[in-house]
Amino acid sequence: MDDNRSTRRDFLSNAITLGSGAVVFLSGTSLAAGEEHPAERYDWEAHRYAYVIDTTKCIGCGSCVRACRAENEVPDGYFRTWVERYVLSAESSHVDSPNGGLDGFPPMQAGFAPTKSFFVPKMCNHCKETPCIQVCPVGASYRTRDGVVLVDGQRCIGCGYCVQACPYGSRFLSPKTHTAEKCTWCYHRVTKGMKPACVEVCPTATRLFGDMKREDDPVRRILEHERVAVMQPHLLTEPQCFYLGLDKEVR
Amino acid sequence: MPEISGYAFPNDIHVHWSLMIVMYPYLTGFVAGSFIVTSLYHLFGKKEFQPVARLALGTSLCFLAVAALPLQLHLGQPQRGFSVMVTPNFTSAMAGFGILYSFYLVIVLLEVWFVYRKEIIEAARRSRGFKRKFYAALALWTYDTSPEALDIDHRAVTILTAIGLPSACMLHGYVGFIFGGIKANPWWSTPLMPVIFLLSAAVSGIALLILLYQVTARLQRRAVERETVQSLARWLWFFLIITVTLELLEIIMLAYEHSEEWAIIAPLLTTRLQFSFISMQMIIGSLIPFILLAIVVLLAAYLHDRIRNTLTIAASLLLLLQVFSMRWNVVIGGQLLSKSFRGLRSAYEPHLFEKEGILTAILLFIAPFILLYVFDRVLSIVEPPAPGGHEREGERSASPGQA
Repeated sequence: MDDNRSTRRDFLSNAITLGSGAVVFLSGTSLAAGEEHPAERYDWEAHRYAYVIDTTKCIGCGSCVRACRAENEVPDGYFRTWVERYVLSAESSHVDSPNGGLDGFPPMQAGFAPTKSFFVPKMCNHCKETPCIQVCPVGASYRTRDGVVLVDGQRCIGCGYCVQACPYGSRFLSPKTHTAEKCTWCYHRVTKGMKPACVEVCPTATRLFGDMKREDDPVRRILEHERVAVMQPHLLTEPQCFYLGLDKEVR
Repeated sequence: MPEISGYAFPNDIHVHWSLMIVMYPYLTGFVAGSFIVTSLYHLFGKKEFQPVARLALGTSLCFLAVAALPLQLHLGQPQRGFSVMVTPNFTSAMAGFGILYSFYLVIVLLEVWFVYRKEIIEAARRSRGFKRKFYAALALWTYDTSPEALDIDHRAVTILTAIGLPSACMLHGYVGFIFGGIKANPWWSTPLMPVIFLLSAAVSGIALLILLYQVTARLQRRAVERETVQSLARWLWFFLIITVTLELLEIIMLAYEHSEEWAIIAPLLTTRLQFSFISMQMIIGSLIPFILLAIVVLLAAYLHDRIRNTLTIAASLLLLLQVFSMRWNVVIGGQLLSKSFRGLRSAYEPHLFEKEGILTAILLFIAPFILLYVFDRVLSIVEPPAPGGHEREGERSASPGQA
């Protein structure tokens, strides 16, 4: 993660100045040295994150996909988040996501008379019982105490087993790093008190990010009082990304 | 960019598990399959397999030596590959690899040692200079060939085979488990998967031994034993029938249940996998060898040896293709369908020259045979005549009717 990298860089420059870099580095006390990073004041026991997507509000502008790309340097042709367009009638259906919705959605001819249409943003569901963590042969995929599923890019061997195991198509092997990558809920931002980039830029408040350990949290209120759904509940992965207004056609 | 029919999740259009992941179960299949043959002789007393028992053991070892290479070549960060062995995450099926692979390797090495110990010692006694030192080192500088020591060897081989057989089955069953345990993918997720992998491993192993036995016999001007070929063909037919039955059962179950996954698997089989599944795996790879082997097994009494040998060779070659197609259809087929269950991507075509390409696959397939050649130079794949002259080994020239 970027946080770790910058901490290590800070430390290294300090350590070299002190002339005892190598010794301290090998002793494993490296991160304790150097200046305190904002994220180090962060207590992951004090949070438990959840995400709500209100599909009735999404207008398919693709801002979230663009923001994610800019924030996380997502390689071309791969997606940490994407938006799907559903155009439906009682008998027929058309689903697409041109370039993941990165450039918005051009007009389309369905070839039938649609009676309803809507957009569905998708991303990693940060499941509690996630198969991706289960199958990782080296433990590079893990779930933080505050409920975020992450990949340790320094440990990942790039076998791709987690990519195969994710039922939602949320993971990919990056052609740049040759390791598994996915949505992190912008962990580098949320641990500093900010929102994930996609939530920050969403113009219609389709995407909501919240903390279940805060009593007045809007996301917590929605989960406690509204009817919410999750993707592919029959797989019992316990997604922590919840949907409002989901249609049966959405998988 | 691959073409997509229907709607695929945007990340689902990549085939991350390439030709190397097809080669991995293909190569391990030979490891398990040939060990099954060696155990039929050592453990189950099938004397007719005596001429291929050592060949089978050597084949198992040589394929085992390269079995991990395709995995290593596939990893995005190969320099970290060893961490699967040293710091495995035990909730992962893949973490079993290090344990099963190393354990089986130790068992096979030990078994090779006990099987060959007497000849190693004799070779050390016969030779001079470096060769003597080499064989002495292989014998661990112990030259005990007393009847008691040989008896211990014999018992050790039996015990090691008894441990090795389930280990080989586990090693390959585990490969099937890797796929069968992925609930996200309906084409993989079935408890039948490890069983199908294991049985098709037996098919590929026996088929390869039929070929290797006849080829090496001709190259080394040895007689091809009728009973050995006949018995191998019988076992091959048996395993082929069970394998194909299970392969078809899996699909018939899916079709009969008609649940949501069938909506994507049916077009997968009839469009993207039409050639590799229907034509190759089922018709050319299964139906034709089934008929050829049926002739060998059912009309044994009426067959000329030359015809028997030709039929078994033809059936074995086709079965090697069948098993490869099966691996391909599982590994690649499973990645052509999107987990959206709404779309299929166009066929995956590996390139000739790339890290995980066709040339690499061919080299990986050839490597065990080169190793086997070296193995034969060091430790012969043919059992030497027993003291007093073993009747089989006495027949150095081809007997009438034997090709």
